[in-house]
Amino acid sequence: MNFELTKEQQMIKDMVREFAEKEIAPNAAKWDEEAYFPVEVFKKMGELGLLGIPFPEQYGGSGGDTISYAIAVEEIGRACGGTGLSYAAAVSLGASPIYYFGTEEQKQKWLVPMAKGETLGAFGLTEPNAGSDAGGTRTRAVLDGDEYVINGEKCWITNAGHARQVIVTAVTGKDERGKNIISAIIVPTNAPGFTIRCNYDKMGVRASNTCELVLENVRVPKENVLGDPTKGFKQFLYTLDGGRISIAALAVGIAQAAFEKALQYAKERVQFGQSISKFQAIQFKLADMAMEIELARNMVYKAAWLKDKGKPFTKEASFAKLFASEAGFRACNQAIQIHGGYGYMKEYGVERHLRDMKLMEIGEGTSEVQRLVIARQLGC
Amino acid sequence: MNIFVLMKRTFDTEEKIVIQNGKVNEEGAEFIINPYDEYAIEEAIQVRDKLGGEITVVTVGNEDAEKELRTALAMGCDKAVLINIEDDVEESDQYTTAKIIAEYLKDKNADLILAGNVAIDGGSGQVGPRVAEMLGISYVTTITKLDIDGGKATIVRDVEGDEEVIEVSLPLLVTAQQGLNEPRYPSLPGIMKAKKKPLDELELDDLDLEEEDVAAKTKTVEIFLPPKKEAGKILQGDIADQVKELVTLLRTEAKVI
Repeated sequence: MNFELTKEQQMIKDMVREFAEKEIAPNAAKWDEEAYFPVEVFKKMGELGLLGIPFPEQYGGSGGDTISYAIAVEEIGRACGGTGLSYAAAVSLGASPIYYFGTEEQKQKWLVPMAKGETLGAFGLTEPNAGSDAGGTRTRAVLDGDEYVINGEKCWITNAGHARQVIVTAVTGKDERGKNIISAIIVPTNAPGFTIRCNYDKMGVRASNTCELVLENVRVPKENVLGDPTKGFKQFLYTLDGGRISIAALAVGIAQAAFEKALQYAKERVQFGQSISKFQAIQFKLADMAMEIELARNMVYKAAWLKDKGKPFTKEASFAKLFASEAGFRACNQAIQIHGGYGYMKEYGVERHLRDMKLMEIGEGTSEVQRLVIARQLGC
Repeated sequence: MNIFVLMKRTFDTEEKIVIQNGKVNEEGAEFIINPYDEYAIEEAIQVRDKLGGEITVVTVGNEDAEKELRTALAMGCDKAVLINIEDDVEESDQYTTAKIIAEYLKDKNADLILAGNVAIDGGSGQVGPRVAEMLGISYVTTITKLDIDGGKATIVRDVEGDEEVIEVSLPLLVTAQQGLNEPRYPSLPGIMKAKKKPLDELELDDLDLEEEDVAAKTKTVEIFLPPKKEAGKILQGDIADQVKELVTLLRTEAKVI
C-alpha cells in the first residue's frame, strides 16, 4: 500500500491547479451565467497535453495514467464544474472508446488529433427513450453497399456542438435470440443529414456544451463502425465504467471548491461575538464535508488505480461515482447553509456548485442505476 | 550556448507562514520554485530554443528539492543538478550557497547563467552577484529584456521603475526581474519526459569542499512575522489643526521625521 502520489502525479496536480486558478476560475461565474463553452481554454488545455493524459505517446497522448487524469478532472472541476464536465467527456467519452476499441486506422484518423487537443469528440448514447436502458435504443443503422445509413435521435450529448465526430450507438440487426445488436459508429459532424442543436437551458454545468442530435439518412463508410460491430453494447458499458471515475473525480473537485469557500466564510463571518467556525453546529458540518470529500477522493483513486492495473473496476467506479456525487451534493448544500442568506445569492458563488453538482447524481447513470450496477456486481 | 539556471526551492509566501522555535515551520508550508527563478528558467528556455545549446538547472538544498528540479525539467530544461548539503552543512547563508555554486560552475565553461533577482523568502538578492564575482564574470541584475547576438548581450534592466540599457559580452550572469517574460506551465508530455532526463546529485565532497570552506558568514538573530496591521487613526478638527497634529504624530509616535 502507498497512499502517496508519484512525483509526476503531484506535478500534474500542481500544474493543473495553477492553470485552472489562472485561466478558468476567474471566468467560471460568467461562463455559467452566459452558458458559454470556453473553446479557447480547451485549446490551451490541448497545448498542455491535458486532453491526451491517459493515452500513449504513439497516439498523440501524454502517456499518463488514469489517476493523473482523475487528478486533472478534479482540479478543473474545482475551478468550474461545466468546464470540468466537458473536459471529462472529451477524454472519457469522446476519445477513450476509439483508443480502447478502434482499429489502428481509426486511432490514427480520429484519436491522434483528439489526444493532441486539436479536435474534440463526443459520444452519442442517450436517446429520448433510452439511456441506461440500452435495449430501448431506436437509432438504426442499415448497411447499404459499403455504407451505413443511420436514422435516429440522440439527446443530452456533451460537446457535440464542438466535435469533429460523434460515436453514435445504433441498432444494426438482431442476434439469434432475437435481441438487438448494437454497434458504435463514428459519424463526422459535417455529414449530410446530421443536425446538431445546442440550445438546452440547463440548471448547472452551464459552461459545458450539451446538444440534441438528429440523424436523417446519414451515410458513413462501413469502416467507420467502431471495432467489432457486434460489441457495441459491451463497448459502451466499458466506456461508461471509465467515465464514472471521471464524473466521481469531477464531483470531488466541485465539492472541494464548495468546502473551501464554506470554511473560509465560516472563519470570517462573526456572529454573537465570534467567528461562526467556533460554533459546534458549523464545525460538525465542516467536519462531515471534509471527511466525505476525502473518502470520495480515496475511492476515485482506488477505482483509477484498479483500471491502471488492468483489474476489474466496474463496482469500484460505481462506488466512487455514487458516493462522490451524493456526498458532494450534501457538501454543496451545507456550503450554502453555512453561508446563510449570502449563500443563496449568486454573488457568493456557492449556489453554482450545488447546481453543477446535481448533474453528478444524474449523468453517466443516475444514482439509482449505480446501485443497480453495484447490486449486480454483488451477484444479486 | 552552455546555459545554467540557479534555482531555489522556497515556501510559498502566499500561503500562511507559521514560525515555531525561531524558524519557519516547514510542516504545513507549500513549496514552490522561487517565482523569480521561474522567469530565469523561462528565459533560459527561450534563449536555448533560439540559439541552441543546453540548459542545466542547479539548486543547493536537500532531496525535497528534486520535485522543483523535475518541474524545471518538465518546463524544458535539459539537465538538473542537486547539490545536497543536508548532511554536511548545519547553518548556511548566501555566502554558503554562492560558494558552493561557484565551485560547481568554475570548470563548466558557462556562456550564460541566469538566476532570480531575489528569492521571495530571504529576499537578499545576493547569490547571483556573489557567484559572478567568484567566477570573475560580468553580471547584470533585475533584467527585463535580454537579447543575445554572437558574444554580446543587449539587456534592459529595471532601475526602480526606470530602464537602463546595457551592452555586455559573454560569459555573463543575469538575474531576472518580473516582466522579463511569462513563464510557461510544464506541459503533460514535458512532465512525463522529465522523468527520463538526467538529474545528478552531488555533495560537498564531490566539489572538493569542506564544511568550513562554506561556513556561513552571517548569523540569524531572530525571525519574526510582520506586525499585524492596526486600526488607523482619523484626525478631527479643522484642516490646519489636523496638519499640525499629523506632523507631531509623525515626529513623536511614528518617529519617521
